[in-house]
Amino acid sequence: MIRAWLTQHGFVFFYTLKRLASTPVTALLSITVMGIALSLPTGIYVLMENLQSMSGQTASSPQISLFLKQDAQKEDIDKIQQRLQADSQIVDYQFIPKDVALAQLQQSSGLTDITTHLTYNPLPDAFIVYTQEKASDSLEQLKLAMQSWPEIAHVQFDSAWVDRLNALLKLGRSIVFMLATLLSIAIIAIMFNTIRLQILTKRDEIEISKLIGATDSFIRRPFLYFGAIQGLSGGIAAWLIIVLGIDALNGELLPLAQLYEFDIQLEHLSLQDSISLLLFSAWLGWLGARISVANHLWQIEPK
Amino acid sequence: MITFKNVSKRYADGYIALNNIDLAVESGEMVFLTGHSGAGKSTLLKLIAAIERPTSGVISISGQNIAQLKPAAIPYLRRKLGFIFQDHKLLFDRNVFENVLLPLQISNFDNNTAASRARAALDKVGLLKKEKVMPITLSGGERQRLCIARAIVHRPIILIADEPTGNLDVEYARDIMTMFKSFNQVGVTVLIATHDASLLEDTQHRILSLKQGKLAA
Repeated sequence: MIRAWLTQHGFVFFYTLKRLASTPVTALLSITVMGIALSLPTGIYVLMENLQSMSGQTASSPQISLFLKQDAQKEDIDKIQQRLQADSQIVDYQFIPKDVALAQLQQSSGLTDITTHLTYNPLPDAFIVYTQEKASDSLEQLKLAMQSWPEIAHVQFDSAWVDRLNALLKLGRSIVFMLATLLSIAIIAIMFNTIRLQILTKRDEIEISKLIGATDSFIRRPFLYFGAIQGLSGGIAAWLIIVLGIDALNGELLPLAQLYEFDIQLEHLSLQDSISLLLFSAWLGWLGARISVANHLWQIEPK
Repeated sequence: MITFKNVSKRYADGYIALNNIDLAVESGEMVFLTGHSGAGKSTLLKLIAAIERPTSGVISISGQNIAQLKPAAIPYLRRKLGFIFQDHKLLFDRNVFENVLLPLQISNFDNNTAASRARAALDKVGLLKKEKVMPITLSGGERQRLCIARAIVHRPIILIADEPTGNLDVEYARDIMTMFKSFNQVGVTVLIATHDASLLEDTQHRILSLKQGKLAA
């Protein structure tokens, strides 16, 4: 029984491949259209994943600068150090004494002239604190908590750009979602129509099969296989478009990366995302075929 | 095997194809159904295969009331029947062998069994040598024999033929009748609708004749 079932499905599978191969131009065109449609949202998704992981490298542990009061003593600094060590939200910190800060300022900004005329060091002692918090709410809370510590003059944290990036990524995700929804509907519509035409040309075969005892699932099967296989092929085409596109972009990025001495390379789709893409495209094709078959098969009843 | 009780069929336009039919065909019997065209022969056969549904009455096949059969059960009823259609209903994009294979594929036979059964059926109707040929190149008589092979390949318990000798020469027609008799001799119930009077001369089989939707005595 299982063998017969496998034989059946194997037969339909190869029969479907043969049917696709018998009209190579039509099949290739449909697959290309589906591939392009799928590659648009998937491509944007890949770029966003890259943007997020790139920004993640710099923003994954946001920096907070703690400036101490000018008159802070050694004991105050020790106390703050203890508090920082005790706080579980803080991953790491770095103490920058005011002398070091001044020396850095003199070195880096070419303000030597001005700084040498200073009679005293106007810079405060400071801590640079690294935290694992990423949500801007909890960062804001952390900032307020630190502000209340004794001998802290000012807590500085630039949360705005993280917020901006997050908002942009959120917008991007909405765009991907909308594009994916619209283009999925388009693919289902294309498949619906393709199968409709096939059902029309196979009218005799369907009618005769029904007359000699074919069940509805037997009649549906080749059309569903056709939809799923064509959908899967569209997914493969989209995957190829994205792989080639990323390779091309990486080629363009290479000189740019060298100029800026920055390691910037776009990552390909992960294995998991690739499999999801292929399964989803096969499902879309199947669904379009299923809806079409449900709408058209009942119209063909033997008379 | 086949019984009709008070069966009527009226079409949506008001035309009454069958009017209060009562009949019984025993298992293993061979019966002819005659009458002019339009007398309701085809309708009666279509009712047996649930291609048409009766307006009223009970039709039972091996004890199963098919007037009330659910759509999902119809395929399994049709697999018990071998139907030879008036208009052949062959698939012209498949060769002779593949046409005969179709009922077996539909009934989930595995490849080897299906192939050997299909060849056996083609051998019975004398078309084994033409298994690779496309139906379009076959003569009228050969097409009819191909239909018969397709109708018997899944070993139905009832064989139904609608005008099987329609446009055939007398000799071809006789060949085909001999085939039906041989199927009947191995226990298949055979029901043949025909308006061809020459087929009915000197037959010992029962003849039912339809006139304007009623069975004549």
